[in-house]
Amino acid sequence: MGTVAVEGLRKSFGKVQALDGVTLDVPDGSFFVVLGPSGAGKTTTLRAIAGLEKLDAGSVHLDGRDATGDPPAARDLAMVFQSYALYPRLTAYENIASPLRARRSSSSEIAAAVERMSSLLHIERLLQRRPSQMSGGEMQRVALARALVRRPRAFLMDEPLTNLDLKLRVEMRTELTRIHRSLGGTFVYVTNDQVEALSMADQVAVIKEGKVQQVGTPTEVYERPANQWVAGFVGSPPISLLACRAEGDRLIGEGWTLPRPRWTTAEDGRPLMLGLRAEDLSVEQRGDASLPGELYGLEPLGDRTVVDVRVGTEILKVKARPSVTGTPGERLHVTVDLDRAHLFDAGTGLALSEAGR
Amino acid sequence: MAVSVDEAVATGPARDRTPSARRLGGRGRSVLEVVLLTVLAVVMLFPVLWMIETSIKENRDVYAIPAKFFNFTVTMDHFKDVFVAPGGGRSALSVAFLNSVLVAGVSTALATVLGVPAAWAYSRFSVKAKKDQLFFILSTRFMPPVVVVIPIFLMYRQVGLIDSKLGLILIYAAFNVPFTIWMMKGFVDEVPAEYEDAAMLDGYTRMQAFWRFTLPLLLPGIAATAVFALIFSWNEFVFAIFLTSSDGVRTAPPAIAGLIGGTTVDWGLVAAASLVFALPVLIFAYLVRKHLVAGVTLGAVRR
Repeated sequence: MGTVAVEGLRKSFGKVQALDGVTLDVPDGSFFVVLGPSGAGKTTTLRAIAGLEKLDAGSVHLDGRDATGDPPAARDLAMVFQSYALYPRLTAYENIASPLRARRSSSSEIAAAVERMSSLLHIERLLQRRPSQMSGGEMQRVALARALVRRPRAFLMDEPLTNLDLKLRVEMRTELTRIHRSLGGTFVYVTNDQVEALSMADQVAVIKEGKVQQVGTPTEVYERPANQWVAGFVGSPPISLLACRAEGDRLIGEGWTLPRPRWTTAEDGRPLMLGLRAEDLSVEQRGDASLPGELYGLEPLGDRTVVDVRVGTEILKVKARPSVTGTPGERLHVTVDLDRAHLFDAGTGLALSEAGR
Repeated sequence: MAVSVDEAVATGPARDRTPSARRLGGRGRSVLEVVLLTVLAVVMLFPVLWMIETSIKENRDVYAIPAKFFNFTVTMDHFKDVFVAPGGGRSALSVAFLNSVLVAGVSTALATVLGVPAAWAYSRFSVKAKKDQLFFILSTRFMPPVVVVIPIFLMYRQVGLIDSKLGLILIYAAFNVPFTIWMMKGFVDEVPAEYEDAAMLDGYTRMQAFWRFTLPLLLPGIAATAVFALIFSWNEFVFAIFLTSSDGVRTAPPAIAGLIGGTTVDWGLVAAASLVFALPVLIFAYLVRKHLVAGVTLGAVRR
């Protein structure tokens, strides 16, 4: 068992409201990612679960039992810190052994467990080194081993990959997914990197300014963002947003119109935002759903090129083949896959109900 | 990047010297530097040298005019007199030295035991009006001892602490606790709180986390702080002379001062006693000199 449930977490630091009613339900055995920009309250949420933060309000339930007031040691959790927080005076071996020593395991148990972890994470040769003799990636692995050496209720990870270079980060992403699969257990993983969230998570909770914006599978969050902000935060290049309104069977924007998508329920005249992802747009003209614009710039990325197109006063990001060419200022049409477009209320930012989709 | 104390000490002076030697332009200038420094050192250290000379001169050589710099008979009699009374047995001065060791040692230990956990608490926890509290704590050091010694004298007389070693220990500890808190808070701030967080998640209590993981990292800072507290207590004169009177209780500073002022002053004895008095502090400062200059950031935390 390893469920984590937090409800109505509130915490302020001086005038800053770090957590403003955060409620999350982490199912047993899931890889649960808390995603948000820096300062959103992700780390505070994790520290609240760990018992390191005194809450203004709210409760933490572990395995269905109220653990709100429990000290960290009583919660049976393990945590990987963003800074790794390896004990500087201890060797890697002793660092990894620490959770077992705290729980008075026998030295033969400890030796076996440390050995198991060091082979899982390929750190056998580091065991006698101190943190100051390790690279960032090596410290990261040792910190991971220290967390994984026990079988706690849940593993808490606070941006464990943020301090690694890009290549190592990609490598560790795969590795962590592998470890989660082979060890099982509940992972609560905090990150500001949406690629990490989408690639690793079973469930993603998107959080902003201490409030949960949306909880769902990576596909749900990407394909059906609950609001304009989530749509803009998740996905790279970011989603393009155009102001418009519905009129009869058309969507009218500034200098453009499109057929009104069949699935939208918006009444005429209501101010809307049309959200279009780069891969749902094309610079090749086909069909009647297209927007007139002019070429603004090209970002070649190797496997693809992102074409910036100006439509009215907005810049649209369009994904195109790497071979695409053009000169800025050139007139062109952007074809829109309306079935995959998103509509948001311009006032509240909430996604319109998508009846019939 | 974290740098160990050893590295910091090893690279520090070299880094400082190289550019200045270069700027001054080679060998000629560095000779001038040495000459100037020597002159300065002689001027500064002359009283100390004279004290050493006086302590090993016969009394008639001490008063000789013109003064004898080199051609005097060396004697250790003054040092013997420091420790042994004229009729045999312990001298009053040696008792005073023991009192000094006891008072300075215990008051420093007390200040450390009280001050280090307080500094940790002020560093780690959100305390109401923390800044005001810290300022209040520091403010007890604003007034020179001589200003508060009369009220303390009256208080001590009421509670029976006058002319007792315990009285001196308490007042020195009271003066050293604020200093310890302030200095140690700086050292505790340097040790990331995450070590304790990690330890608590490992399964240790908060106190165990402090004791096992933070305290060892604070030892250099504690040593430096304790030496400063020790030097204060060891050298303190005003409280000692006002609050104690009997030979059995007096510490060394008033006892040495008491040697001056009779009809004849035994300067050889004064010099020898002063040397014996100065030595322990010099040795202590030398032993912990590394920690007096270096911080304690030997961390494994990436910042």
